[in-house]
Amino acid sequence: MEIYEAIILTIITAATPLLLAACGELVAERAGILNLGVEGMMIMGAVGAFAVAFSTGSPYLGIAAGIGAGALASLPFAFLTISMVTNQVATGLALTILGLGLSGMIGDAYIGQPGVKLQPINIQGLSDLPYVGRILFSQDVIVYASIVLLVLVWIFLFKTRAGLSLRAVGDSHSSAHALGVSVRKVRYMAVIFGGACAGLAGAYLSLVYTPQWTEGMTAGRGWIAVVLVVFATWMPGRLLAGAYLFGAVLILQLHAQAAGVNIPSQFLSSLPYLATIIVLVLISRNRTLVKKNSPACLGKPFVPDV
Amino acid sequence: MPFKLQRREEHSAWMTLFSPLIAVALMLATGAALFASLGIDPVRGLTVYFLEPLQSAWSLQELVVKATPLILIGIGLSICYRANIWNIGAEGQFVAGALAGSYIPIMMVGWEGPLVFPAMIAAGMAGGALFALIPAALKVRFGANEILTSLLLVYVAQFFLDWLVRGPWRDPEGFNFPESRLFDSDAITPLIFEGGRMHIGFPVAVIIALLAAFYLTRTIHGFQIQVIGESPRAARFAGFSQNKMIFFAFAVSGALAGLAGIMEVAGPIGQLRPTISPGYGFTAIIVAFLGRLNPIGIVIAGFVLALSYLGGEAAQVTLGISDKIARVFQGLLLFYVLACDTFIVYTFRRVGAVREAS
Repeated sequence: MEIYEAIILTIITAATPLLLAACGELVAERAGILNLGVEGMMIMGAVGAFAVAFSTGSPYLGIAAGIGAGALASLPFAFLTISMVTNQVATGLALTILGLGLSGMIGDAYIGQPGVKLQPINIQGLSDLPYVGRILFSQDVIVYASIVLLVLVWIFLFKTRAGLSLRAVGDSHSSAHALGVSVRKVRYMAVIFGGACAGLAGAYLSLVYTPQWTEGMTAGRGWIAVVLVVFATWMPGRLLAGAYLFGAVLILQLHAQAAGVNIPSQFLSSLPYLATIIVLVLISRNRTLVKKNSPACLGKPFVPDV
Repeated sequence: MPFKLQRREEHSAWMTLFSPLIAVALMLATGAALFASLGIDPVRGLTVYFLEPLQSAWSLQELVVKATPLILIGIGLSICYRANIWNIGAEGQFVAGALAGSYIPIMMVGWEGPLVFPAMIAAGMAGGALFALIPAALKVRFGANEILTSLLLVYVAQFFLDWLVRGPWRDPEGFNFPESRLFDSDAITPLIFEGGRMHIGFPVAVIIALLAAFYLTRTIHGFQIQVIGESPRAARFAGFSQNKMIFFAFAVSGALAGLAGIMEVAGPIGQLRPTISPGYGFTAIIVAFLGRLNPIGIVIAGFVLALSYLGGEAAQVTLGISDKIARVFQGLLLFYVLACDTFIVYTFRRVGAVREAS
């Protein structure tokens, strides 16, 4: 394998969980709900996927369990923020703390156990193509799903009536309510979808990225996904670019560590977080750009008058 | 949904007082169910977790030791949250303060005397405050969301600590363990009584709580916080500067987290290690909410959350379950606190009843 192939393949592996989680968060935020529990839902997905794949031997059942665990984890958050109008920031933090704790408890039994790795699908003939074959046609099902999901989200948000309703709920919940849209129902669906996506992202981590269970293995990726949504200014297309850019930073610092670059490994390890901050600052500087697309009711509770 | 939220005419005084207690009760009930699902007798589980740590002098001291950083950080965070400013990176500011303060006993070996410890405290508070001013400046200057920047900086601080204790600050006589040298006796947080575990941090935290209570309720500046948090528009008309408040709130909360950090490494730990906090900076967020963002309430809440740490250790030793259960209890508690707080402002009405009333 050529070196460029190896690097691009690992960038895809690093970018996929970010893309998935950010995709779900984007939908939730478009509906007006800021869910800071992505990290917690993601790690619940990771432990759920690992546990089921380990006991059944099937990575595909593992994927299903990851999605389910993420969606399930989002339910208490949805109930509190939507039905009980609690503060979204604090509730999201509670979800992250709970998810990290619960996953640690469940995962204790699996520490050091060999995981089940999800194998790539080789598309006959195409995967042998020179230069691009291995990169485009020899990926696992979650990588393909992440791209398909992104396209579907884009079509849903901007080409369907339901998507228009969802954006209306996020931009002006009172108007949407007055027009007969069920604000809470839309928000519940959006948050649960976000949870399912975060769960799938977690499943990718424990089935593909490092097929084993380690406590806290999401390592802040959930938070990076939240930043990615701002980076993309709530536009799905830009999410793809952002996820691959961050994936590259995440992976290139690992390549640099492996190559024995004369920089302390801890500095290289903190690079992705610093890069995330810098990108957030660069995007936020352009306040009109951020304002233009950010959902006007993001983070605001909704209580109908009647 | 057959029930709907309805805003109360005025805040419920009853719920304001009792919502934290109801939240704790709900957490205990959920805990009982959790123990039962793990095959542990719920009564025994809750006794081991929440009562046994209160029954020996040693663990009571340990409770105070663990409550101290939680209270200090929680007070700082409550000032931020009252002003609707979201510093969630106290864990990083705790580390930054510990590092800044530790510079003195690690790099200035040979300096002795009564000034060493006060200098460490000053350096620790300055370190925490400066580190907290980064997200504040990024927010004011560039509009970058302070929730995300302050959180991401936690990882940066932790990697920096890891580098220091494995690299330049590693004890040359420490057999290659990733630890700094042990602090000299002048650089140790003074104990309340010889041979005990409690250090002066707790009385300091209580004094700071009293000062904060006075500041928030009896000074103009403290009143500004309330106005900026509850009605930014009114605050602008009154000429209160939102930007100044962001700098102020971050600096104060960072300094208090830094103070907690340096007292922890100079006290119970006595040196720098790769991990110096079991997540105090994050748990303090729960302390702030459970204490209703009220300094006196935070002192009480600090003990409740400190107990959750001790209970986690007890559960691991006595019941043989993961000490991660502490995080589960903490997360649950925050969920319940937030849910109960809703009833202060709202009440539930049957849908039909609402229609009749209107």
